[in-house]
Amino acid sequence: MAAMPMRKLRLWQDKIETEVAIFGSGPPLVFLHGSWGLRNDQEFLELLARTHTVYAPKHPGTSEGDSEAVHQIDDWWDLIVYHGELLDRLALKSPVLVGHSFGGLVACEIAAAMPERVEKLVLIDPVGLWREDMPVKNWMLLSPADLRAALFADPKGEHAEKFFQLPGDTTKRIDAQVGFIWSQACTGKFVWPLPDKGLKKHIHRIAAPTLIVWGKADGIIAPAYADEFGRRIAHARVAMMESAGHMPHFEQAENVARTVSDFLGP
Amino acid sequence: MKACMFHLMPYRDLPADFDKHYKSAYIDPVWFDVADPKKVGQYYNWTLDEFIHAARSGMNGVCTNQHHQNVYGFMANPSLMGSVLARATDGMNVAIVQLGSTLPSTSPPTRIAEEYAMIDCISGGRLVAGFPAGLPTDATISNGVVPVEQRERYREALELVQKAWCAKEVFAWNGKHYQLPMVNLWPRPIQQPHPPIWIPGSGSASTVDFVVDRDDSFCHLSYYGAQNAHSLGDFYWDRVTKRGRDANPHRLGFLQLIGVSESDEAAEEYAPHAEYFFHKLLRTAPQYRDIPGYMDHASLVHAMKSPLRERFDVRDLRYKDFVDRGFVITGSAATVRDRLLDGIKRLRIGHLLALLHFGSMPHELCMKNITLFSRDVLPHLQDQWDDEWEDRWWPETLRQKRPVADAAAAAVS
Repeated sequence: MAAMPMRKLRLWQDKIETEVAIFGSGPPLVFLHGSWGLRNDQEFLELLARTHTVYAPKHPGTSEGDSEAVHQIDDWWDLIVYHGELLDRLALKSPVLVGHSFGGLVACEIAAAMPERVEKLVLIDPVGLWREDMPVKNWMLLSPADLRAALFADPKGEHAEKFFQLPGDTTKRIDAQVGFIWSQACTGKFVWPLPDKGLKKHIHRIAAPTLIVWGKADGIIAPAYADEFGRRIAHARVAMMESAGHMPHFEQAENVARTVSDFLGP
Repeated sequence: MKACMFHLMPYRDLPADFDKHYKSAYIDPVWFDVADPKKVGQYYNWTLDEFIHAARSGMNGVCTNQHHQNVYGFMANPSLMGSVLARATDGMNVAIVQLGSTLPSTSPPTRIAEEYAMIDCISGGRLVAGFPAGLPTDATISNGVVPVEQRERYREALELVQKAWCAKEVFAWNGKHYQLPMVNLWPRPIQQPHPPIWIPGSGSASTVDFVVDRDDSFCHLSYYGAQNAHSLGDFYWDRVTKRGRDANPHRLGFLQLIGVSESDEAAEEYAPHAEYFFHKLLRTAPQYRDIPGYMDHASLVHAMKSPLRERFDVRDLRYKDFVDRGFVITGSAATVRDRLLDGIKRLRIGHLLALLHFGSMPHELCMKNITLFSRDVLPHLQDQWDDEWEDRWWPETLRQKRPVADAAAAAVS
């Protein structure tokens, strides 16, 4: 699989240089990655790129050579204003917004703050709500074995293997290890120590037709949260995915892409 | 050279099968399943008595520290202990070394500036102000500090504390993490512009450079002994030289587990307590230690590039291994002082942080350890470096030379 074509953008009074993967053709679709970076999202994005022009920006601090950008965005208000600027710079008036996990929460907050900027919303196992009876697991505090079991329906399957596999080449191995950890550090800044940061007060502002996709075996955030999101968003529908954990778009890329495609329509 | 009594205040009576039930001494053990509050009250009082005995026996300082939610050591607020010690050592030639309160997890950090100033006032200017960043478990889990912000919070807080101690006018603090409209601290420390500052660290390049550039004293709180810290010592002194500072040994503090007995054979009495320390207390689940964001990006890259350190499971080692490898220095006074002097000279240690209580050590044994160390070991160490270097990181009022051996003799008579 060839690397995704990346464009570099300088933003935020030139204090952030972010990479955005851009490819495909058709109406614009912005994908916001989860806590582990873009590394494992390519197959899914290529499926979406058959019908849409995909824009997949990297979260501040996770672009190559720009690790310190994490210290330029300090809170959720900064983060949402930043994404407003990002959409402007990409000249995207109201794209489809797709977010996974942490990126799902970012997508929700964008859609709540700027309803006019989001054509349709797709949330894949998003974090952002909290139920006392089923607390969201802090994925940054799980042992490798527990993380594997929480992320995947089949913790011994090929996707779990691929997710945790490290390249043999030393430089690439270091890049992958650092990227995996630093990406959690940069996204974790906004959801530490737990991902209940006020979405419940904003979520009623989401106006875009919304698809909520959830892995039935999600061990990070219980599948019951799908209905929590569903009942708070006015125009939402829920699709539960078989044989998928917290990474359904990776573990069941074809199925999730088809579901999304059906939702987005021709 | 100065020797200070260090104490973690651990839980001393864990069940024998504790380490079978818990993979981590931190976070996981549930208080009601493990602890007895009456015993814990006894531990706090024993700990204070042990510190006070160390002070009366002629040790140069007493060191408190801050840890949370664990069985390994739980002086949750070191200022509470330090204030008792300041009062109990009134008029004595002993520093109160707070090593100390963790800035990033206290908001606003002027609270620590106040507590330290109170201790300095109560003690008559005998405070050493230690500023640890805090273990990842303590700061980010127990206190909820955002991992990737821990360092910048720490640095901003330290700057604020120092300014609050000595500013001659009321000032506003407009920082990234702290905003205060009018800062005018009461009380201020007796020692101006500020008490000596010690900064503990694991030895990452960024921390070492930070400490050297600030001209503070660095403390390496390792549990693996001077024998295993040669490369750290070489690295530290190399940075000191390269950054244009002098080689004053008092720039470096080092922690060492020590047990003194009447003979080398008798020192076997420390065996169960050393094993308890390494097998039960020193166990942290890796995911509670390697929290994403706790290391800055440069340190993370460095850590991933470095060749793997010698990997061993400390629970496979026994007391004899700990002695052989220098994790603990035990034996007769003569053996202990010879081994200590080797390390002190090799690493250029100016502040020895003597962990004279470790693990399940009972009160009586700890008291004896303190007595023997102060009487028979310390007098042979204290002259080291003094002819050549002034300890600029020691309370000014305590810098005069003093007859340690006499004080020790008086204490045990």
